[in-house]
Amino acid sequence: MDLKKDNFDQTITEADGVVLVDFWAPWCGPCKMMAPVVDEVDTEVEKLTVGKVNVDENQDLAMQYNVLSIPTFVIFKGGQVVDQFSGSMGKDALKERVAKHL
Amino acid sequence: MRDVVILGSGPAGLTAAIYAARADLKPLVVHGPQPGGQLTITTEVDNWPGFENGVMGPELMEEMKKQAARFGTEYKEGWVEKVDLAEDKKVLTFADGSTLETKALIVTTGATAMWLDIPGEQEFQGKGVSACATCDGFFFRDKKVLIVGGGDTALEEATFLTKFASEVVMLVRRDEFRGSKAMQKKARENDKITIMWDTSAIEVLGDGKVTGAKIVNNKTKEESEISADGFFVAIGHKPNTDLFKGQLDMLDSGYLTIAEPFTTKTKVPGVFAAGDVADHVYRQAVTAAGTGCMAALDAERWLTE
Repeated sequence: MDLKKDNFDQTITEADGVVLVDFWAPWCGPCKMMAPVVDEVDTEVEKLTVGKVNVDENQDLAMQYNVLSIPTFVIFKGGQVVDQFSGSMGKDALKERVAKHL
Repeated sequence: MRDVVILGSGPAGLTAAIYAARADLKPLVVHGPQPGGQLTITTEVDNWPGFENGVMGPELMEEMKKQAARFGTEYKEGWVEKVDLAEDKKVLTFADGSTLETKALIVTTGATAMWLDIPGEQEFQGKGVSACATCDGFFFRDKKVLIVGGGDTALEEATFLTKFASEVVMLVRRDEFRGSKAMQKKARENDKITIMWDTSAIEVLGDGKVTGAKIVNNKTKEESEISADGFFVAIGHKPNTDLFKGQLDMLDSGYLTIAEPFTTKTKVPGVFAAGDVADHVYRQAVTAAGTGCMAALDAERWLTE
């Protein structure tokens, strides 16, 4: 799901389980490598909502979450940030990181 | 036991995989948490032959991966913590305790950007500290950034950063650049770039995110603080060879040494090295691919001997 200013807060507060937000941009190599990984995690993990924020179009959201490097992943639970990390990683590593909060 | 395992998935590893797969050796490529190698953190690659207008690094790697898969290459994600390299079999032990055995091993683990190893550097990673200007420069629009280094990478990244930042300060350890004349000229002529010679950073300062750095003049030993929103490190690369210490020969700098000229053979029969891990001279995607091909052919020959 593409997240923008107008649907961001609603998504992170109303989702059942946890929300993984992927801050990315079309010009970012590691983000492109991560995209299929994030999609697979999205399909394979239950009770997980995945949202993608294009930082080119949503600089205010990037600033709000102090994103200074991409890809940055922010995990929300009950509307609160429970984890935030940057850089590419493998599918298993990402799944593990998400599972900790489920 | 496998015939061929390839450790690393950059241009060297994937080219080795294409050749080994086409020789019906059913290679397995083991990749770490950052598959695809250094090209995945570049943007446009203009010196890969066959692309008149350049090609995006990540896309090139994705195509290579698919090409190797087409001939039967398999992939496995995992972090190898230990290797036992004997002539008859090579055993890889993964972080989760599982093991993998192979007759031939092709080492293409590449090189990783080096860090300074100073206080604050790790703490503020992703919060203003970065080793990849092309990835993170975007977030420093109209901000002031520091970049450490005096080689080609530092010069190129400093120039790139001026697209976004209002001011780029280069901290150069000595009183001259190591980089090429052409890159030096480009950086010197750029109004947004200031160069501080004989200067090293000794601490990254910040509060939640980077606010500056503590620096020292290497000649006068005078220490001072400089404010900035970003701290980029571009001081070169280190080969990923810690895993092989004591088992394969390497230079003091960590680069693997080849046992026989014009081959990819290491001193252990059946272990071959290709790409940046064994090349501190050329370090190009196309040379990595070339030696990757050699490694697959060397492995194939060794297996049939």
